[in-house]
Amino acid sequence: MGKCYRVVLPTLILALMLEMMPLPDWAGPFRPNWMALVMIYWAMALPEHVGVTLAWIFGLLLDVTQGAILGQHAIGMVLIVYLVHMQYQRIRVFSLVQQAMVVFFLLIIKQLLVLWVSGIMGRAPDLGQYFFPSLVGAMIWPWLFVILRDLRRRFARNRTF
Amino acid sequence: MQSLFLRGPSVTLRTIVLVALSIMIMTADHRWHHLEAARGVLETYIIFPLRYLINIPADLVSWTDESFSSHQTLLDDNRDLREQQLRAQVSLQKLSILEKENERLRKMLSARPKVGELVLVAELLSIDLDPYKQQVVLNKGSEKEVYLGQPIIDAWGVMGQVLHVGRHSSTALLISDPSHAIPVQINRNGLRSTAFGTGQAHKLELRYIPHSADIEIGDLIVTSGLGERFPPNYPVGRIIEIERPAGETFATVIAEPLAHLDRSREVLLVWHNPPVKKTEKIEPEEPGIKP
Repeated sequence: MGKCYRVVLPTLILALMLEMMPLPDWAGPFRPNWMALVMIYWAMALPEHVGVTLAWIFGLLLDVTQGAILGQHAIGMVLIVYLVHMQYQRIRVFSLVQQAMVVFFLLIIKQLLVLWVSGIMGRAPDLGQYFFPSLVGAMIWPWLFVILRDLRRRFARNRTF
Repeated sequence: MQSLFLRGPSVTLRTIVLVALSIMIMTADHRWHHLEAARGVLETYIIFPLRYLINIPADLVSWTDESFSSHQTLLDDNRDLREQQLRAQVSLQKLSILEKENERLRKMLSARPKVGELVLVAELLSIDLDPYKQQVVLNKGSEKEVYLGQPIIDAWGVMGQVLHVGRHSSTALLISDPSHAIPVQINRNGLRSTAFGTGQAHKLELRYIPHSADIEIGDLIVTSGLGERFPPNYPVGRIIEIERPAGETFATVIAEPLAHLDRSREVLLVWHNPPVKKTEKIEPEEPGIKP
């Protein structure tokens, strides 16, 4: 039961660090949602172990790192993991390109939620730019998928599908 | 043991509970700021070590820069700094005389003498936050008695205030953030206003200034000390644009912050003692002041 967390937790923490990594000013608005991407992968690959609770906890951590209001990213993470759980058998058999499209929509949903909460707080950012991270995220999905799949296979040989 | 399908209702139920919890937390955090302690704990024990790790490369670069700079560069730097020090010393001499004089005059008027401010140098960590928010991370926290709402300044002017405090680090909101406002006055004539952030690092907006107000391009704006969050008389910005659109009640006044909001690496945290007695809070009315 606990064994898979040896791979899952480090990758999630790495994603958290990538979210904070300094980028040049022009690249800031294009930073993909690393956390959401990694979380989507694990929710799809190991749905019995990586669930909404873990997503919520890491969403809260993301809130703290981003200086956002507590719960803003957490609610988005919970909802996308829930959506993945509803459809994970289907998403698994998609081709990488199809998966990337699904991921794009999931990321958009999360961004919309975050945007919506920001809007309620009275500081809505520029709508167009806000969607670039989702696009970049979908574009790097195939590579991320392969890397994480290899990692999972290496560390958890007893699990196969 | 492993079923092919997840047990549906329990996942849905958990999701609903967590979403409800998130909404409750967001409300509590936004409206009443009840969760600063929880945020502090997360920031101190989980986020700070990660931030520290991320900051290592930047530290390393500046370290190698310092270690391998040539003898000549160091000598040049040293000479420049000496010169600057001399100039600063000279102007400080004048300042100290003025300060004494000011104190004497204030005593004669039996007004409250100006209280000195304590400062501490903090460094910004090279950490990226949400690119749509004007926030920075400092490397000093509650360990050094940094408090919520503490003003931060750099060598040129007011930068912002502390928003969240962790034990070893804190997050500060810059004056250019759209949710930030700072009470200011025009240095030349004492006209009071409030400078709102616009989301752009080079622009502040002064609101509620009537068309007839005596205000010119190039005017220096300083903190007024009203609201008691910022100490008075620190430079904030300079007026760069004034428009007086017909039909509008107020003029559109844009100022440029003096502080290097997007460039400074070193900042100063300021502890200033708010006036103790209620009666002393009232500032003397100056002629020509609009509300």
